[in-house]
Amino acid sequence: MATRAATELDIRADFPILAREIDGRRIVYLDSSATSQKPEAVLAAMDVYYRRHNANIHRGVYPLAQEADALFEGARERIAAFTGGSARTTVFTRNVTEAINLVAHSWGRANLRSGDVVLLTAMEHHSNIVPWQLVAAATGARLRWLEIDEHGQLSLGQLDAELARGDVRLVALAHVSNVLGTINPVSEVVRRAHSAGALVLVDAAQAVPQMPVDLGEIAADFYAWTGHKALGPTGIGVLHGDAEQLERMPPFLAGGDMVERVGRESSSWKELPWKFEAGTSMIAEAVGLGAAVDYLAALGMERVREHERALTAYALEALRSLDGVRIFGPPSAEERGGVVSFALEGIHPHDVAELLGREGVCVRASHHCAQPLMAKLGVPATARASFGPYNVRADVDALVRAVEGTQRVFA
Amino acid sequence: MDDLYRDFILEHYKRPRNFGELEPHDLAAHEYNPLCGDQLGVQIRVEDGRIADLRFNGQGCAISQAAASIASEELIGMALDEAAALDADWMLDLLGIEISATRRKCALLSLKALRHAITGKGTWPVGAGDSQSAS
Repeated sequence: MATRAATELDIRADFPILAREIDGRRIVYLDSSATSQKPEAVLAAMDVYYRRHNANIHRGVYPLAQEADALFEGARERIAAFTGGSARTTVFTRNVTEAINLVAHSWGRANLRSGDVVLLTAMEHHSNIVPWQLVAAATGARLRWLEIDEHGQLSLGQLDAELARGDVRLVALAHVSNVLGTINPVSEVVRRAHSAGALVLVDAAQAVPQMPVDLGEIAADFYAWTGHKALGPTGIGVLHGDAEQLERMPPFLAGGDMVERVGRESSSWKELPWKFEAGTSMIAEAVGLGAAVDYLAALGMERVREHERALTAYALEALRSLDGVRIFGPPSAEERGGVVSFALEGIHPHDVAELLGREGVCVRASHHCAQPLMAKLGVPATARASFGPYNVRADVDALVRAVEGTQRVFA
Repeated sequence: MDDLYRDFILEHYKRPRNFGELEPHDLAAHEYNPLCGDQLGVQIRVEDGRIADLRFNGQGCAISQAAASIASEELIGMALDEAAALDADWMLDLLGIEISATRRKCALLSLKALRHAITGKGTWPVGAGDSQSAS
Protein backbone atom coordinates (compact mmCIF):
# COMPACT_ATOMS: atom_id res chain seq x y z
CA MET A 1 0.00 0.00 0.00
CA ALA A 2 1.22 3.44 -0.91
CA THR A 3 1.78 5.85 1.94
CA ARG A 4 4.38 8.03 0.28
CA ALA A 5 4.86 11.64 1.25
CA ALA A 6 6.08 12.94 -2.12
CA THR A 7 3.77 15.40 -3.86
CA GLU A 8 3.90 13.49 -7.13
CA LEU A 9 2.53 10.00 -6.74
CA ASP A 10 4.67 7.20 -8.06
CA ILE A 11 2.77 4.00 -7.43
CA ARG A 12 3.67 2.17 -10.65
CA ALA A 13 5.29 -0.65 -8.68
CA ASP A 14 1.89 -1.53 -7.19
CA PHE A 15 0.51 -2.37 -10.67
CA PRO A 16 1.99 -5.62 -12.04
CA ILE A 17 0.86 -4.99 -15.63
CA LEU A 18 2.89 -1.78 -15.83
CA ALA A 19 6.09 -3.82 -15.50
CA ARG A 20 5.32 -5.53 -18.82
CA GLU A 21 7.04 -4.68 -22.05
CA ILE A 22 5.54 -5.15 -25.52
CA ASP A 23 8.00 -5.37 -28.44
CA GLY A 24 10.72 -4.21 -26.09
CA ARG A 25 8.86 -1.06 -25.05
CA ARG A 26 7.38 -0.33 -21.64
CA ILE A 27 3.61 0.16 -21.58
CA VAL A 28 2.66 3.83 -21.42
CA TYR A 29 -0.94 3.32 -20.39
CA LEU A 30 -3.05 6.39 -21.22
CA ASP A 31 -6.49 4.81 -21.49
CA SER A 32 -7.74 4.86 -17.91
CA SER A 33 -11.02 6.50 -18.92
CA ALA A 34 -11.79 3.26 -20.75
CA THR A 35 -10.61 1.05 -17.93
CA SER A 36 -8.05 1.41 -15.15
CA GLN A 37 -5.22 -0.96 -14.33
CA LYS A 38 -5.45 -2.98 -11.11
CA PRO A 39 -3.11 -2.83 -8.13
CA GLU A 40 -1.70 -5.98 -6.54
CA ALA A 41 -3.97 -5.42 -3.53
CA VAL A 42 -7.09 -5.89 -5.68
CA LEU A 43 -5.74 -8.95 -7.47
CA ALA A 44 -4.71 -10.51 -4.15
CA ALA A 45 -8.07 -9.85 -2.47
CA MET A 46 -9.94 -11.60 -5.28
CA ASP A 47 -7.46 -14.46 -5.35
CA VAL A 48 -7.70 -15.00 -1.59
CA TYR A 49 -11.47 -14.86 -1.79
CA TYR A 50 -11.59 -17.72 -4.28
CA ARG A 51 -8.80 -19.71 -2.61
CA ARG A 52 -10.07 -19.46 0.95
CA HIS A 53 -13.57 -18.03 1.35
CA ASN A 54 -15.68 -18.94 -1.71
CA ALA A 55 -19.29 -19.87 -0.95
CA ASN A 56 -22.63 -18.48 -2.01
CA ILE A 57 -23.93 -15.64 0.10
CA HIS A 58 -27.17 -14.82 1.93
CA ARG A 59 -28.51 -18.29 2.64
CA GLY A 60 -25.65 -20.37 3.97
CA VAL A 61 -25.41 -20.94 7.71
CA TYR A 62 -22.15 -22.89 7.70
CA PRO A 63 -18.99 -20.95 8.64
CA LEU A 64 -17.54 -20.70 5.11
CA ALA A 65 -20.76 -19.12 3.80
CA GLN A 66 -20.75 -16.71 6.71
CA GLU A 67 -17.21 -15.65 5.78
CA ALA A 68 -18.28 -15.01 2.19
CA ASP A 69 -21.30 -13.09 3.42
CA ALA A 70 -19.19 -10.93 5.71
CA LEU A 71 -16.68 -10.22 2.93
CA PHE A 72 -19.42 -9.26 0.46
CA GLU A 73 -21.47 -7.07 2.79
CA GLY A 74 -18.30 -5.68 4.39
CA ALA A 75 -17.15 -4.59 0.93
CA ARG A 76 -20.51 -2.92 0.38
CA GLU A 77 -20.10 -0.95 3.64
CA ARG A 78 -16.66 0.31 2.62
CA ILE A 79 -17.67 1.02 -0.99
CA ALA A 80 -20.66 3.03 0.25
CA ALA A 81 -18.54 4.91 2.79
CA PHE A 82 -15.95 5.76 0.10
CA THR A 83 -18.39 8.23 -1.49
CA GLY A 84 -20.16 9.14 1.76
CA GLY A 85 -23.14 6.86 1.09
CA SER A 86 -24.89 4.24 3.21
CA ALA A 87 -24.85 0.51 2.51
CA ARG A 88 -28.66 0.32 2.53
CA THR A 89 -28.93 2.60 -0.50
CA THR A 90 -25.88 1.23 -2.35
CA VAL A 91 -26.98 -1.26 -5.00
CA PHE A 92 -24.52 -3.42 -6.93
CA THR A 93 -25.06 -3.64 -10.68
CA ARG A 94 -22.92 -4.99 -13.49
CA ASN A 95 -21.68 -1.55 -14.56
CA VAL A 96 -22.92 2.04 -14.98
CA THR A 97 -24.93 1.07 -18.03
CA GLU A 98 -26.91 -1.44 -15.99
CA ALA A 99 -27.32 1.06 -13.14
CA ILE A 100 -28.84 3.62 -15.52
CA ASN A 101 -31.00 0.96 -17.12
CA LEU A 102 -32.22 0.03 -13.64
CA VAL A 103 -33.36 3.61 -13.01
CA ALA A 104 -34.75 4.11 -16.52
CA HIS A 105 -36.71 0.87 -16.38
CA SER A 106 -37.84 0.87 -12.77
CA TRP A 107 -38.24 4.56 -11.92
CA GLY A 108 -38.85 5.67 -15.50
CA ARG A 109 -41.70 3.34 -16.39
CA ALA A 110 -43.39 3.90 -13.04
CA ASN A 111 -43.11 7.69 -13.12
CA LEU A 112 -42.81 9.07 -16.64
CA ARG A 113 -45.94 9.95 -18.57
CA SER A 114 -46.69 11.36 -21.98
CA GLY A 115 -45.48 14.95 -22.11
CA ASP A 116 -42.84 14.51 -19.38
CA VAL A 117 -39.28 15.38 -20.27
CA VAL A 118 -35.93 13.77 -19.46
CA LEU A 119 -33.25 16.42 -19.81
CA LEU A 120 -29.86 15.14 -21.06
CA THR A 121 -26.68 16.95 -22.06
CA ALA A 122 -24.80 17.02 -25.35
CA MET A 123 -21.78 15.39 -23.68
CA GLU A 124 -23.47 12.19 -22.46
CA HIS A 125 -22.06 8.72 -22.99
CA HIS A 126 -24.36 6.36 -24.92
CA SER A 127 -25.07 4.63 -21.59
CA ASN A 128 -26.87 7.77 -20.42
CA ILE A 129 -28.73 8.30 -23.70
CA VAL A 130 -30.02 5.02 -25.07
CA PRO A 131 -31.85 3.79 -21.91
CA TRP A 132 -33.78 7.08 -21.91
CA GLN A 133 -34.63 6.71 -25.59
CA LEU A 134 -36.17 3.31 -24.81
CA VAL A 135 -38.11 4.51 -21.78
CA ALA A 136 -39.29 7.57 -23.73
CA ALA A 137 -40.59 5.33 -26.51
CA ALA A 138 -42.39 3.17 -23.93
CA THR A 139 -43.97 6.01 -21.91
CA GLY A 140 -44.47 8.85 -24.39
CA ALA A 141 -41.98 11.01 -22.51
CA ARG A 142 -39.60 13.17 -24.55
CA LEU A 143 -35.88 13.92 -24.42
CA ARG A 144 -34.46 17.44 -24.44
CA TRP A 145 -30.81 18.43 -24.42
CA LEU A 146 -28.56 20.90 -22.65
CA GLU A 147 -25.99 22.19 -25.11
CA ILE A 148 -22.29 22.84 -24.52
CA ASP A 149 -20.30 25.96 -25.31
CA GLU A 150 -17.01 26.13 -27.25
CA HIS A 151 -15.12 25.06 -24.10
CA GLY A 152 -17.34 22.02 -23.64
CA GLN A 153 -19.21 23.46 -20.68
CA LEU A 154 -22.90 23.55 -19.78
CA SER A 155 -24.87 26.72 -19.19
CA LEU A 156 -26.78 26.95 -15.91
CA GLY A 157 -28.87 29.63 -17.64
CA GLN A 158 -30.06 27.08 -20.20
CA LEU A 159 -30.73 24.62 -17.38
CA ASP A 160 -32.92 27.19 -15.62
CA ALA A 161 -34.77 27.94 -18.86
CA GLU A 162 -35.43 24.24 -19.46
CA LEU A 163 -36.57 23.68 -15.88
CA ALA A 164 -38.85 26.75 -16.06
CA ARG A 165 -40.89 25.03 -18.78
CA GLY A 166 -42.26 22.86 -15.99
CA ASP A 167 -42.19 19.50 -17.76
CA VAL A 168 -38.76 18.19 -16.76
CA ARG A 169 -39.07 15.18 -14.47
CA LEU A 170 -35.45 14.06 -14.50
CA VAL A 171 -32.08 15.58 -15.39
CA ALA A 172 -29.51 12.93 -16.34
CA LEU A 173 -25.93 14.10 -16.73
CA ALA A 174 -22.30 13.07 -16.46
CA HIS A 175 -20.33 14.25 -13.45
CA VAL A 176 -17.18 14.31 -15.60
CA SER A 177 -17.23 13.98 -19.41
CA ASN A 178 -15.34 10.95 -20.71
CA VAL A 179 -14.35 12.88 -23.85
CA LEU A 180 -13.96 16.55 -22.88
CA GLY A 181 -13.02 16.04 -19.26
CA THR A 182 -15.50 18.75 -18.28
CA ILE A 183 -16.35 18.64 -14.57
CA ASN A 184 -20.02 19.52 -14.38
CA PRO A 185 -21.38 21.51 -11.41
CA VAL A 186 -23.57 18.63 -10.29
CA SER A 187 -24.43 20.03 -6.83
CA GLU A 188 -25.70 23.20 -8.45
CA VAL A 189 -27.65 21.22 -11.06
CA VAL A 190 -29.25 19.14 -8.30
CA ARG A 191 -30.18 22.23 -6.26
CA ARG A 192 -31.87 23.88 -9.25
CA ALA A 193 -33.55 20.69 -10.46
CA HIS A 194 -34.96 19.94 -7.01
CA SER A 195 -36.34 23.49 -6.75
CA ALA A 196 -38.18 22.78 -10.00
CA GLY A 197 -39.47 19.42 -8.77
CA ALA A 198 -37.19 17.33 -11.00
CA LEU A 199 -34.94 14.46 -9.95
CA VAL A 200 -31.28 14.11 -10.98
CA LEU A 201 -29.28 11.08 -12.09
CA VAL A 202 -25.51 11.51 -12.22
CA ASP A 203 -23.30 9.24 -14.34
CA ALA A 204 -20.15 9.35 -12.23
CA ALA A 205 -18.12 6.73 -14.13
CA GLN A 206 -15.30 9.23 -14.67
CA ALA A 207 -15.63 11.12 -11.37
CA VAL A 208 -15.36 8.59 -8.55
CA PRO A 209 -12.00 7.17 -9.75
CA GLN A 210 -10.24 10.53 -9.72
CA MET A 211 -11.72 13.01 -7.27
CA PRO A 212 -13.19 13.19 -3.78
CA VAL A 213 -16.95 12.64 -3.90
CA ASP A 214 -19.39 13.46 -1.12
CA LEU A 215 -22.85 12.12 -1.89
CA GLY A 216 -24.35 14.17 0.92
CA GLU A 217 -23.08 17.38 -0.62
CA ILE A 218 -24.13 16.45 -4.17
CA ALA A 219 -27.58 15.25 -3.03
CA ALA A 220 -28.40 13.58 -6.37
CA ASP A 221 -31.32 11.15 -6.41
CA PHE A 222 -29.28 8.59 -8.33
CA TYR A 223 -25.49 8.46 -8.56
CA ALA A 224 -23.88 5.65 -10.59
CA TRP A 225 -20.29 4.56 -11.04
CA THR A 226 -18.34 1.46 -11.99
CA GLY A 227 -15.60 -0.61 -10.41
CA HIS A 228 -13.29 -1.27 -13.33
CA LYS A 229 -12.55 2.42 -13.92
CA ALA A 230 -11.73 2.82 -10.21
CA LEU A 231 -8.88 0.27 -9.99
CA GLY A 232 -11.38 -2.52 -9.35
CA PRO A 233 -12.48 -5.48 -11.46
CA THR A 234 -14.94 -5.52 -14.35
CA GLY A 235 -18.45 -6.81 -13.69
CA ILE A 236 -19.39 -4.59 -10.76
CA GLY A 237 -21.09 -1.22 -10.86
CA VAL A 238 -22.57 0.85 -8.08
CA LEU A 239 -25.87 2.70 -7.88
CA HIS A 240 -26.38 5.01 -4.93
CA GLY A 241 -30.05 5.99 -4.72
CA ASP A 242 -32.21 8.18 -2.58
CA ALA A 243 -33.80 5.85 0.01
CA GLU A 244 -37.33 7.13 -0.56
CA GLN A 245 -37.10 6.74 -4.34
CA LEU A 246 -35.57 3.26 -4.10
CA GLU A 247 -38.29 2.18 -1.63
CA ARG A 248 -41.06 3.26 -4.00
CA MET A 249 -39.50 1.81 -7.16
CA PRO A 250 -40.52 -1.64 -8.37
CA PRO A 251 -37.74 -4.24 -8.80
CA PHE A 252 -35.67 -4.19 -11.99
CA LEU A 253 -34.52 -7.78 -12.56
CA ALA A 254 -36.51 -10.43 -10.73
CA GLY A 255 -35.73 -13.93 -9.53
CA GLY A 256 -33.58 -15.52 -6.87
CA ASP A 257 -32.19 -13.69 -3.86
CA MET A 258 -34.23 -10.49 -4.28
CA VAL A 259 -37.44 -11.99 -2.86
CA GLU A 260 -38.76 -12.43 0.64
CA ARG A 261 -41.78 -14.68 0.00
CA VAL A 262 -42.70 -16.32 -3.27
CA GLY A 263 -46.19 -17.64 -3.87
CA ARG A 264 -47.62 -19.15 -7.01
CA GLU A 265 -49.27 -15.89 -8.04
CA SER A 266 -47.18 -13.19 -6.44
CA SER A 267 -44.13 -12.45 -4.35
CA SER A 268 -42.76 -9.85 -1.99
CA TRP A 269 -39.37 -8.22 -2.15
CA LYS A 270 -36.44 -8.06 0.16
CA GLU A 271 -35.44 -4.79 1.78
CA LEU A 272 -32.99 -2.35 0.24
CA PRO A 273 -30.56 -2.79 -1.32
CA TRP A 274 -31.23 -6.49 -2.02
CA LYS A 275 -34.57 -5.79 -3.73
CA PHE A 276 -32.53 -4.70 -6.74
CA GLU A 277 -30.00 -7.56 -6.71
CA ALA A 278 -31.50 -10.60 -8.42
CA GLY A 279 -29.55 -13.82 -8.74
CA THR A 280 -26.17 -14.68 -7.31
CA SER A 281 -24.19 -11.47 -6.95
CA MET A 282 -20.70 -10.64 -8.20
CA ILE A 283 -19.12 -11.67 -4.91
CA ALA A 284 -15.42 -11.77 -5.85
CA GLU A 285 -15.86 -8.51 -7.75
CA ALA A 286 -17.37 -6.80 -4.72
CA VAL A 287 -14.41 -8.04 -2.66
CA GLY A 288 -12.05 -6.72 -5.35
CA LEU A 289 -13.76 -3.33 -5.49
CA GLY A 290 -13.67 -3.18 -1.70
CA ALA A 291 -9.88 -3.58 -1.90
CA ALA A 292 -9.74 -0.93 -4.64
CA VAL A 293 -11.54 1.71 -2.57
CA ASP A 294 -9.31 0.83 0.41
CA TYR A 295 -6.30 1.42 -1.83
CA LEU A 296 -7.67 4.74 -3.16
CA ALA A 297 -8.66 5.87 0.33
CA ALA A 298 -5.12 5.14 1.56
CA LEU A 299 -3.70 7.26 -1.29
CA GLY A 300 -6.21 9.96 -0.44
CA MET A 301 -8.58 11.18 -3.12
CA GLU A 302 -7.50 14.81 -2.68
CA ARG A 303 -4.00 13.68 -3.57
CA VAL A 304 -5.19 11.58 -6.50
CA ARG A 305 -7.11 14.57 -7.86
CA GLU A 306 -4.13 16.91 -7.43
CA HIS A 307 -1.82 14.39 -9.09
CA GLU A 308 -4.09 13.96 -12.11
CA ARG A 309 -4.78 17.70 -12.33
CA ALA A 310 -1.04 18.41 -12.46
CA LEU A 311 -0.48 15.71 -15.10
CA THR A 312 -3.36 17.08 -17.18
CA ALA A 313 -1.99 20.62 -16.97
CA TYR A 314 1.42 19.31 -18.03
CA ALA A 315 -0.09 17.40 -20.98
CA LEU A 316 -2.24 20.36 -22.10
CA GLU A 317 0.81 22.64 -22.10
CA ALA A 318 2.99 20.14 -23.96
CA LEU A 319 0.40 19.35 -26.64
CA ARG A 320 -0.43 23.04 -27.12
CA SER A 321 3.22 23.73 -27.84
CA LEU A 322 2.99 21.54 -30.97
CA ASP A 323 1.64 22.76 -34.31
CA GLY A 324 -1.42 21.13 -35.85
CA VAL A 325 -2.94 19.88 -32.59
CA ARG A 326 -6.55 20.68 -31.72
CA ILE A 327 -7.54 20.05 -28.10
CA PHE A 328 -11.17 19.62 -27.08
CA GLY A 329 -12.76 20.63 -23.80
CA PRO A 330 -12.15 23.22 -21.07
CA PRO A 331 -8.87 25.13 -21.47
CA SER A 332 -7.81 24.81 -17.84
CA ALA A 333 -6.88 21.63 -15.99
CA GLU A 334 -8.71 23.04 -12.93
CA GLU A 335 -11.97 22.62 -14.84
CA ARG A 336 -11.39 19.14 -16.18
CA GLY A 337 -10.67 15.59 -15.16
CA GLY A 338 -7.60 13.64 -16.22
CA VAL A 339 -8.47 13.31 -19.88
CA VAL A 340 -7.25 15.09 -23.01
CA SER A 341 -9.05 14.53 -26.31
CA PHE A 342 -7.23 15.85 -29.32
CA ALA A 343 -7.06 15.80 -33.09
CA LEU A 344 -4.01 16.13 -35.33
CA GLU A 345 -4.56 18.17 -38.47
CA GLY A 346 -4.77 15.94 -41.56
CA ILE A 347 -4.39 12.69 -39.62
CA HIS A 348 -7.32 10.49 -38.70
CA PRO A 349 -7.49 9.61 -34.96
CA HIS A 350 -7.40 5.93 -35.83
CA ASP A 351 -4.03 6.39 -37.52
CA VAL A 352 -2.85 8.44 -34.54
CA ALA A 353 -3.73 5.63 -32.14
CA GLU A 354 -2.13 3.01 -34.37
CA LEU A 355 1.16 4.89 -34.66
CA LEU A 356 1.20 5.82 -30.96
CA GLY A 357 0.52 2.18 -30.12
CA ARG A 358 3.67 1.14 -31.96
CA GLU A 359 5.62 3.31 -29.52
CA GLY A 360 3.94 1.61 -26.57
CA VAL A 361 1.64 4.59 -25.96
CA CYS A 362 -1.90 3.31 -25.35
CA VAL A 363 -4.51 5.91 -26.30
CA ARG A 364 -8.02 5.41 -27.59
CA ALA A 365 -9.27 6.66 -30.93
CA SER A 366 -13.00 6.45 -31.32
CA HIS A 367 -16.26 8.25 -30.78
CA HIS A 368 -15.86 7.19 -27.12
CA CYS A 369 -19.50 6.05 -27.08
CA ALA A 370 -20.55 9.70 -27.42
CA GLN A 371 -21.65 9.98 -31.04
CA PRO A 372 -24.03 12.93 -30.47
CA LEU A 373 -21.07 14.80 -28.94
CA MET A 374 -18.82 13.92 -31.90
CA ALA A 375 -21.50 15.32 -34.23
CA LYS A 376 -21.60 18.49 -32.12
CA LEU A 377 -17.79 18.83 -32.27
CA GLY A 378 -17.89 18.17 -36.02
CA VAL A 379 -15.43 15.28 -35.91
CA PRO A 380 -15.94 11.54 -36.57
CA ALA A 381 -13.74 10.61 -33.62
CA THR A 382 -10.98 11.95 -31.40
CA ALA A 383 -7.76 10.56 -30.02
CA ARG A 384 -7.93 10.52 -26.23
CA ALA A 385 -5.21 10.28 -23.62
CA SER A 386 -6.53 9.69 -20.11
CA PHE A 387 -4.72 9.36 -16.82
CA GLY A 388 -4.85 7.17 -13.75
CA PRO A 389 -3.11 7.69 -10.41
CA TYR A 390 -0.23 5.49 -11.64
CA ASN A 391 0.71 7.76 -14.55
CA VAL A 392 3.76 9.98 -14.30
CA ARG A 393 5.20 12.89 -16.26
CA ALA A 394 7.40 10.52 -18.27
CA ASP A 395 4.18 9.04 -19.70
CA VAL A 396 3.16 12.46 -20.99
CA ASP A 397 6.66 12.97 -22.44
CA ALA A 398 6.33 9.64 -24.28
CA LEU A 399 2.92 10.72 -25.60
CA VAL A 400 4.29 14.01 -26.93
CA ARG A 401 7.29 12.31 -28.59
CA ALA A 402 4.99 9.77 -30.25
CA VAL A 403 2.64 12.53 -31.47
CA GLU A 404 5.60 14.31 -33.05
CA GLY A 405 6.67 11.04 -34.68
CA THR A 406 3.15 10.55 -36.07
CA GLN A 407 3.18 14.03 -37.54
CA ARG A 408 6.50 13.25 -39.24
CA VAL A 409 5.04 10.12 -40.89
CA PHE A 410 2.19 12.16 -42.36
CA ALA A 411 4.26 15.27 -43.14
CA MET B 1 8.52 4.00 -40.87
CA ASP B 2 6.70 0.71 -41.23
CA ASP B 3 4.74 -1.47 -43.56
CA LEU B 4 1.26 -0.11 -42.93
CA TYR B 5 2.09 3.51 -43.65
CA ARG B 6 4.12 2.97 -46.81
CA ASP B 7 4.58 5.93 -49.12
CA PHE B 8 1.98 4.84 -51.67
CA ILE B 9 -0.67 4.47 -48.92
CA LEU B 10 0.05 7.97 -47.63
CA GLU B 11 0.12 9.28 -51.20
CA HIS B 12 -3.35 7.86 -51.92
CA TYR B 13 -4.62 9.15 -48.55
CA LYS B 14 -3.41 12.69 -49.20
CA ARG B 15 -4.47 12.77 -52.87
CA PRO B 16 -7.27 10.24 -53.26
CA ARG B 17 -8.23 9.33 -56.84
CA ASN B 18 -11.86 9.45 -57.98
CA PHE B 19 -13.14 11.19 -54.87
CA GLY B 20 -16.07 13.59 -54.92
CA GLU B 21 -19.62 13.63 -56.25
CA LEU B 22 -20.80 11.93 -59.45
CA GLU B 23 -23.94 13.41 -61.01
CA PRO B 24 -25.90 11.84 -62.49
CA HIS B 25 -25.32 8.37 -61.07
CA ASP B 26 -27.26 5.10 -61.24
CA LEU B 27 -26.15 3.40 -58.02
CA ALA B 28 -25.15 4.79 -54.62
CA ALA B 29 -24.58 3.60 -51.07
CA HIS B 30 -23.03 4.64 -47.79
CA GLU B 31 -21.22 2.48 -45.30
CA TYR B 32 -19.94 3.24 -41.86
CA ASN B 33 -17.24 1.76 -39.64
CA PRO B 34 -18.44 2.07 -36.05
CA LEU B 35 -14.98 1.22 -34.73
CA CYS B 36 -13.53 4.58 -35.67
CA GLY B 37 -16.33 6.56 -37.26
CA ASP B 38 -15.10 6.19 -40.83
CA GLN B 39 -17.77 6.98 -43.40
CA LEU B 40 -17.56 6.09 -47.04
CA GLY B 41 -20.07 6.70 -49.81
CA VAL B 42 -19.89 5.53 -53.41
CA GLN B 43 -21.72 6.73 -56.52
CA ILE B 44 -21.60 4.70 -59.72
CA ARG B 45 -22.65 5.42 -63.32
CA VAL B 46 -23.47 2.26 -65.27
CA GLU B 47 -23.23 1.80 -69.04
CA ASP B 48 -23.74 -1.54 -70.81
CA GLY B 49 -23.46 -3.45 -67.53
CA ARG B 50 -20.11 -1.89 -66.71
CA ILE B 51 -18.93 0.69 -64.19
CA ALA B 52 -18.56 3.65 -66.55
CA ASP B 53 -17.54 6.00 -63.78
CA LEU B 54 -17.33 5.96 -60.00
CA ARG B 55 -16.65 8.33 -57.12
CA PHE B 56 -16.05 7.64 -53.49
CA ASN B 57 -16.70 10.27 -50.85
CA GLY B 58 -16.45 10.48 -47.09
CA GLN B 59 -13.87 10.72 -44.38
CA GLY B 60 -11.78 8.22 -42.57
CA CYS B 61 -8.38 6.91 -41.67
CA ALA B 62 -5.45 6.54 -44.05
CA ILE B 63 -6.19 2.86 -44.61
CA SER B 64 -9.88 3.18 -45.51
CA GLN B 65 -9.33 6.22 -47.73
CA ALA B 66 -6.26 4.84 -49.50
CA ALA B 67 -8.02 1.51 -50.06
CA ALA B 68 -10.97 3.28 -51.71
CA SER B 69 -8.64 5.34 -53.88
CA ILE B 70 -6.60 2.34 -55.01
CA ALA B 71 -9.73 0.25 -55.63
CA SER B 72 -11.36 3.02 -57.67
CA GLU B 73 -8.64 2.80 -60.29
CA GLU B 74 -9.37 -0.90 -60.78
CA LEU B 75 -13.14 -0.61 -60.67
CA ILE B 76 -13.77 1.89 -63.43
CA GLY B 77 -14.46 -0.15 -66.57
CA MET B 78 -15.16 -3.37 -64.67
CA ALA B 79 -18.35 -5.37 -65.36
CA LEU B 80 -20.91 -4.93 -62.57
CA ASP B 81 -21.31 -8.65 -61.90
CA GLU B 82 -17.55 -9.02 -61.72
CA ALA B 83 -17.36 -6.10 -59.26
CA ALA B 84 -20.17 -7.58 -57.15
CA ALA B 85 -18.19 -10.82 -56.82
CA LEU B 86 -14.97 -9.18 -55.57
CA ASP B 87 -13.92 -10.54 -52.20
CA ALA B 88 -11.78 -9.41 -49.28
CA ASP B 89 -8.69 -11.10 -50.70
CA TRP B 90 -8.96 -8.99 -53.85
CA MET B 91 -8.89 -5.81 -51.76
CA LEU B 92 -6.11 -6.99 -49.44
CA ASP B 93 -3.96 -8.18 -52.37
CA LEU B 94 -4.48 -4.84 -54.05
CA LEU B 95 -3.28 -3.03 -50.92
CA GLY B 96 -0.32 -5.34 -50.63
CA ILE B 97 0.39 -4.54 -46.99
CA GLU B 98 -0.03 -6.47 -43.77
CA ILE B 99 -3.39 -5.58 -42.24
CA SER B 100 -4.05 -6.38 -38.58
CA ALA B 101 -7.40 -7.82 -37.55
CA THR B 102 -8.51 -4.50 -36.07
CA ARG B 103 -7.73 -2.57 -39.28
CA ARG B 104 -9.39 -5.08 -41.61
CA LYS B 105 -12.70 -3.26 -41.36
CA CYS B 106 -10.98 -0.05 -42.44
CA ALA B 107 -9.36 -1.74 -45.44
CA LEU B 108 -12.63 -3.35 -46.53
CA LEU B 109 -14.99 -0.41 -46.07
CA SER B 110 -14.88 0.63 -49.74
CA LEU B 111 -15.62 -2.93 -50.83
CA LYS B 112 -18.57 -3.00 -48.43
CA ALA B 113 -19.91 0.26 -49.89
CA LEU B 114 -19.40 -1.02 -53.44
CA ARG B 115 -21.29 -4.26 -52.79
CA HIS B 116 -24.03 -2.33 -51.06
CA ALA B 117 -24.42 -0.02 -54.07
CA ILE B 118 -24.57 -2.89 -56.56
CA THR B 119 -26.71 -5.36 -54.62
CA GLY B 120 -28.81 -2.86 -52.64
CA LYS B 121 -28.01 -4.82 -49.50
CA GLY B 122 -25.99 -3.18 -46.77
CA THR B 123 -25.87 -1.90 -43.25
CA TRP B 124 -27.35 1.46 -44.11
CA PRO B 125 -30.19 2.50 -46.40
CA VAL B 126 -29.06 4.47 -49.44
CA GLY B 127 -28.64 8.12 -48.55
CA ALA B 128 -28.29 7.47 -44.82
CA GLY B 129 -24.60 8.21 -44.71
CA ASP B 130 -25.02 10.83 -42.03
CA SER B 131 -26.90 8.50 -39.71
CA GLN B 132 -25.38 7.47 -36.43
CA SER B 133 -24.78 3.93 -35.35
CA ALA B 134 -24.65 2.53 -31.87
CA SER B 135 -21.73 0.74 -30.32
